[in-house]
Formats: sequence, structure tokens, C-alpha cells
Amino acid sequence: MTYWDQEKECMARDNLEKLQLRRLKETVFRSYAFVPAYRAKMDAAGIKPDDVNTLGDLQKLPFTTKQEMRDNYPFGLFAVPMSEVVRIHASSGTTGKPSVVGYTRKDVDTWADLMARALVSAGADKRSVIQVAYGYGLFTGGLGAHYGAERLGASVIPASGGNTQRQILLMQDFGSTHLACTPSYALFIAEVMHDMGIDPAGLKLKAGIFGAEPWSEQMRTEIENKLYIKAYDIYGLSEIMGPGVAIECPFRTGLHIAEDNFLVEIIDPVTEEVLPEGSLGELVITTLTKEAIPMIRYRTRDMTTLSNGECPCGRTHVRMQKVLGRSDDMLIVRGVNVFPSAIETVLLGIPGVEPHYMIILERQDNLDIMEVQVEVSEDIFSDEVRKLEDLHKRIAKELESNLLISVKVRLVEPKSIPRSEGKAVRVKDNRKI
Amino acid sequence: MAKQISVFLENSSGRLAHVTRVLGDAGINIRALSIADTSDFGILRLIVNDPDHAYKILKDAGFTVSETEVIAVRMPDSPGGLADVLDQISEENINIEYLYAFLGFAGGDALVIFKVEDIKKAREVFEKKNINYVEAQDLYKL
Repeated sequence: MTYWDQEKECMARDNLEKLQLRRLKETVFRSYAFVPAYRAKMDAAGIKPDDVNTLGDLQKLPFTTKQEMRDNYPFGLFAVPMSEVVRIHASSGTTGKPSVVGYTRKDVDTWADLMARALVSAGADKRSVIQVAYGYGLFTGGLGAHYGAERLGASVIPASGGNTQRQILLMQDFGSTHLACTPSYALFIAEVMHDMGIDPAGLKLKAGIFGAEPWSEQMRTEIENKLYIKAYDIYGLSEIMGPGVAIECPFRTGLHIAEDNFLVEIIDPVTEEVLPEGSLGELVITTLTKEAIPMIRYRTRDMTTLSNGECPCGRTHVRMQKVLGRSDDMLIVRGVNVFPSAIETVLLGIPGVEPHYMIILERQDNLDIMEVQVEVSEDIFSDEVRKLEDLHKRIAKELESNLLISVKVRLVEPKSIPRSEGKAVRVKDNRKI
Repeated sequence: MAKQISVFLENSSGRLAHVTRVLGDAGINIRALSIADTSDFGILRLIVNDPDHAYKILKDAGFTVSETEVIAVRMPDSPGGLADVLDQISEENINIEYLYAFLGFAGGDALVIFKVEDIKKAREVFEKKNINYVEAQDLYKL
């Protein structure tokens, strides 16, 4: 097994916890001292930095939400003067203002190191040619992967997102061995490659590092079969750092969270109660080394489970399962919670069904109607109405038995659902409530 | 035996016009057609003068297309002509998935396109019973 930083990645739990506690105390102290919003929250909760003496004391501290980042827009949560900030990123807000994050020189350095760690875990080394097809810009994906790949010593192709034919040309001519982008964009690249008559078997591409949106195991299989690569899930979010917070190892039984830098909990998104290991809930992250914008108990809204069991790769860091969905992307349809990723899992379990789908929500006579549009590929098309109707019924039945609500399925023409070059838009909620 | 081109169509306005325009612009002549439709989608089935070219043109235009083997049967254009053929087919337990009529005629006879479950068996039966079917190359020329 190859590691980037074996000492940290394989640290014995008791030593790791000592390191975490020391860093947690520093983080809480600095936040209280330098961020007025944190001090106000902690004072209101009657907590002083000195009250944090064990890792369990973390639970006494108040949560931080995306809303607080907006309330303190743009730099209100920074713990250092702007003269110490060397980089600014922002995450796109679907509503209201974006959340803005800053990085000190040391933060950028830590991030590059963690991203290099992630790339090594996904089988890359200094001989790799890494094509970064995440967007470069305010989004953390592009520059995050870029700095990590450079730190590793690999050759980086800063392709950024979009211009798919050129992406494929670069892969062919520059011999890219690793592709970093969103999983939905990877599938789109595979599709364009197919349309261009290019056989991916002729490429040097070996692996992909895919993240920034939830994706299913079925989608992984689909990408691996279409591009002839190994697909690794990477996790990160700009509020915490960017890509590289967690990464799969070759055993791919969950994503190892870089616990020397992040302290994680799982909570019930409604009651905010901390749940025991193995429970499904919302991931909450506390940064342990961030200087510019420390985050204490940040509610990620990502739904997952944690597992501390031994991993054959030798890494001791806790594993999170693939993100099941977002606690706030979660759709409530006729009172039932529905994750778009659950719909994807059902669809991709049906042979021949392509992972291109759209969920449309309408409200008619005070009743929610959920329509799932599925593209008819050549694999599932038939000249007989009966066979297409059987398929239609099968999709509807399987969705209904998994989601426990009735679903209107609509078969649509291929490529009629818009393709994304970044995060896929899967839901159109037209309900006027 | 003949090649039928089948095209998936969403039930929205202008889709059929689009398919036929794509074919027309490529100089493809439609010899027979039928549309099977449900409330959500339709399947357009076509016999054309150059099926392989039509298949490629439609695929390039982004449609979901398939090629299906069908049989064109020639029968007298007189009352009971189709019934006679169908009787003979049912005696031999050939299952018909669907059928539709050809546009125009062949030497005073009518032509009907059959999609059957077992095309090889159907062919044998047609030969045994002296049912007149038209070979592909002759059909595309009609």
C-alpha cells in the first residue's frame, strides 16, 4: 500500500485523538478570540473555550450553518486579518448570497497536501498525468485538485470544465491517466466519446477522481464500464476546505476522512441529536487546522453514515459511506422524504436504462405529482408498444416500491434531458406552495 | 423479408414532422408507415427505399432508432383477400405482433407488412402455403 503521509494516515487511534484534542482546543480558542459571531454564540450558550477539555466536550458547542455564513457575508467569519488571506473561494448559492471562504498561506498548503494524499489513495503518483476538468474559479474543485496534483509532482492538465470534444482530444494526445471532474460530467464525456467513435480502450486513462455531487454505486459501475477506468469518490465542500476532506482507498468501502484535520459527527438533521456510529444522519464537521476560517460543528447537510471498523488498506481514519443525498435537497413529496439519489439507484438497477433522468414536481389540486423522465436508449427501445409499456410499468413499479409514493414515469427521447458540465440538475420543482 | 425502421417519438407537437423532414432532406422515400401510440409516447414504423441510410440519418439526428425484420405479403386487392391470408397464418399458429398496409400497389395486388414472432417459421409457412411475399430489394423499389 502506498501512502502520501503514512504517519498521519495510519496513526494509532489514541495518538490521533490526542492530536485532535490539542487542535480542537486551539481552534475553539482562536474562534472565540477572533470571530465575534462565534464568541456571541458561545457566550449565549454559556460556554468558554476552557470548558472544552475532551473530544466529547465538542457536543457542548453550538452548530454553524450555511445561513450564518450568509449572515456574515462576505468576510465576517474570518479569524485572520485580510493581510493574511492569500486566496478566496465562494460556493454558488442557489438562493441568496454565496458563502465566501478564505485561505491563509498555510491553509492553501494544508489543502494541497490533503489533496495529494487523496490522489495517492486513488492510485496516482508523480508519473501520472492528471486532467482536471472541474471548473477553475471561485468553485474549489478546479484549483483544489490542481494544487494537490502539483504537490504530488504529477503532470497537471488544467482543462477546467466544458468543451468536451477538447477534453477528449487532450486525453488522446496528452495521455491523461487520471480524470478529475464531477461524475455526471464523466458520463457525459463517455457519451461524447462514443458519439465521436472513439474507443476508450485506446486511451491511457486509468482512474477517475469524481466528486462535488452525490452519486450511486450503479453510476460508478456505469462510468467504469464506459470509460474502462476505476472510479474513486472524493468528498469535500468549500465551507470546510474543498475537495480532499475524504477519499476512497483502493478497497472502496467508504471514504477515509482526514481525521488529523477534521473532527466529524453524525446528527439527526431534525432533532440535532448526535447519533451513534453506523446511524444514517447529517455529517457535521469541525476543522482542526484551518486558520483563515475555522468551522466549528458545521452542518454539511450531507446525509451519510460513519464506520470506524478496520480497513485492509491500513489507514486508521474513519470512513464515511457515499453521500446518500442532502438533508436539504431531500424532496418532500406528499409528506414522504425522497432523495434523488434513491431514484437514480432504482433507475440504474434496470438493465439498459441510462443515468440521465429528471425529476419534475408539480402540485395539482393540492396534491404533489412527481414525474420522473427517463431517456429511451437504443438498448431499451423496441418497435413493439407492449414491450415499451412493460418497461414503463416496471420503472414505475420499482420506483413506487422503493420510494413508497406513486410516480408518474415518462419516457423521453435521447439527449432531451440537458447534460451538465458541472453539477447535474436533476430536480425541477414547479410546486407553488 | 424486409427491414423496417422503428423510431421512438415523444408525444409532443412537431416530433413527427421533424422525423419526416430529416428523411425528406436526405432524399429518403417513405413506402409504408404506421404509428403506434400511447398517451405518453409513439413508435413510428417505416418502410423506406434505403433503410440502412435512413437508419444512419436518423441516428445522427439524435433519434432512438432500431431496425426490425418484417415480411411484406402480397394479396389480391379484393374483399376477403387479407382474411384468407390471416386464416392460413393462424392455422399454423404464427403469432402476429402487428401489421399495416403498404402505400400504393404492386401490379393490382395489395401489400401488407407483417411483424411476426418467429419470422423464420412464418417464411416456411408462407412458402408451404404459396402465400406470396415480396423480397426486400423488390419492396424498396416499389
